[in-house]
Amino acid sequence: MFDLDRWREIFQSINKNRLRSVMSGFTVAFAILLFTLLFGIVSGLSNSFKGAFNDDAKNSMKVRVWKTSKPYKGLQTGRRIQLSNEEYNYVKDEYANKIEYQTARIYKNFTIKYKNEANNYNIRAVNPDHQFLEKTIIDEGRYLNESDLKGKSKVIVIGRLVKKDLFGEKQALGKRVNVNGSSFLIIGVFSDEGGDNEERIAYIPVSTAQMMYGNNNHIGQILLGYNPDLSLNAAIAFGHKMERDLRKKMNIHPDDQSALSVQNMAEANKGVGLFMGALYAIVILVGSGTLIAGIIGISNIMIFVIKERTKEFGIRKALGAKPASIVGMVVQESVLITTIAGYLGLSLGTYILTLIGDSLEADYFIKDPSVSPIIVLGATVVLVASGLIAGYLPAKKAANIKPIVALRAD
Amino acid sequence: MIKIEKLHKSYPIGKEALHVLKGIDLHIKEGEFVSIMGSSGSGKSTLLNIVGLLDEHDKGDYFLNGQLIKNLNEKKAAILRNKFLGFVFQSFNLISYKTALENVALPLYYKGMKRKERLIVAMDYLDKVGLKDWANHLPNELSGGQKQRVAIARALVTKPKVVLADEPTGALDSTTSDAVMDLLKDINNEGMTVFVITHEEEIAAQTSRIVRLKDGVIISDELTKAAKAI
Repeated sequence: MFDLDRWREIFQSINKNRLRSVMSGFTVAFAILLFTLLFGIVSGLSNSFKGAFNDDAKNSMKVRVWKTSKPYKGLQTGRRIQLSNEEYNYVKDEYANKIEYQTARIYKNFTIKYKNEANNYNIRAVNPDHQFLEKTIIDEGRYLNESDLKGKSKVIVIGRLVKKDLFGEKQALGKRVNVNGSSFLIIGVFSDEGGDNEERIAYIPVSTAQMMYGNNNHIGQILLGYNPDLSLNAAIAFGHKMERDLRKKMNIHPDDQSALSVQNMAEANKGVGLFMGALYAIVILVGSGTLIAGIIGISNIMIFVIKERTKEFGIRKALGAKPASIVGMVVQESVLITTIAGYLGLSLGTYILTLIGDSLEADYFIKDPSVSPIIVLGATVVLVASGLIAGYLPAKKAANIKPIVALRAD
Repeated sequence: MIKIEKLHKSYPIGKEALHVLKGIDLHIKEGEFVSIMGSSGSGKSTLLNIVGLLDEHDKGDYFLNGQLIKNLNEKKAAILRNKFLGFVFQSFNLISYKTALENVALPLYYKGMKRKERLIVAMDYLDKVGLKDWANHLPNELSGGQKQRVAIARALVTKPKVVLADEPTGALDSTTSDAVMDLLKDINNEGMTVFVITHEEEIAAQTSRIVRLKDGVIISDELTKAAKAI
């Protein structure tokens, strides 16, 4: 219930006792300020971690091969392992329900020429699913599709910066470029959030590359996106199983990491998740410690204030104030001060975070430090509750002192 | 108005108990102007505190306005104080950060009166004690006599049945004391019961009945010359 007279009493009391009001407010404001800064900076750190993996899909896996480092079944070490369509199809058939996207990848480095402009570029020969795994954004035209693969078409999708190098501001789509001596049709232009290097490349169908450059069925890597319905642990288990199966199939020692390995984003995610979890746990611990210190601070001040006002309460009771009205007055005053001070601290903290946000990103790996609305809401609840507790306990005690004792107090 | 029978009160001091009031019988009728006299330690302040519901008695009966006072909780006591009693203290007990007018209006706030209304009523009573022009001054801007007059206005503002004054002139010089006593007389003449505690003969002489207390018992209870003259 809104009681204007009660508020008048409270504002008068705050106004006439500015120093103690400011002091008790300061404690809370400072605690909340520290809490906000701490939370903001850690959430910034967390944003950076998430951003670092933004280039590739979160569920991506990579099968990579090198040379064997262990003898196995009479085969010597140093044997070169080569992935081919056979393994690609094996993975595709064997784990169909665990895979969302799949693509092969062959790396080439060729000169791309258009009229008088020519440059060396990384060329990736891939399947259509590669678009989703690499989070390629199509700006113009289209990405590679299955019929390009089937027809072994000489089509190419070029990066934004490739287009800029060769065509400047002119139209590139539909033009033909010379790739290592063969003519390719540009069917699309893409951009990528992974940075400039990811935009200075071009994609061609894997089948085309296999036909033109060696006429074999070799591939460099197999990239997968595991089914997002899998839990992190299930995805990690899937990665391990695939690794074992492929090693067995290719006659590699089961523990030979340097011959064939599966790089699984699920493991990285789990690691990051654990790390961030630990970090948040520490922050919550330190943050609540700060808040508790603030609450204890204001409780101490309230105890002192109420002692100071004991005589006033005695007078009020002699004049007919009920104990509840005195407790209510003190609690309301305490909640008001904590809430206002808390929001000052919160606003100041948020303001400081926006001020220093940009410089932190460059120097300290902290991106967009900010506090979420849930944290703000939580902090508000804590503030009001702490104001309640800080005011209620000592006020209750003071209100129960007999007026005759309270009047004698000085 | 006030009826006390075989009233006892003792305070625990360590393991011992200090027996302050040892069976007081006192009957004060409506409209009386009574003073309680006694040296310090005689129990007179304790008696006033019990009558004023600021403290509780141990044994005996106390009737205020015909109502037996027993097992009062703080809330009930607060309501009764607000309704029946007005207090005037030796040390004035004004709230330092409130103006004279706001101090006088405070009991009306606890009575639940609206702000506008209670400020009008409070101003009325300040006028009665001759302090209308000082309404917006804080207590520390007033002299002792003025403070006590504010306190009297505050005690009267709820139109109580009984005004309890604990050494109302104790902190004042003789001229101001007389002014305060004149004010209390006026109140009494309007029909209000006034109950004064003092250790000064001259003050007691201005009331109409003197009750003398010594070591927790009443040693005499008689009408004054002033009363007999009427």
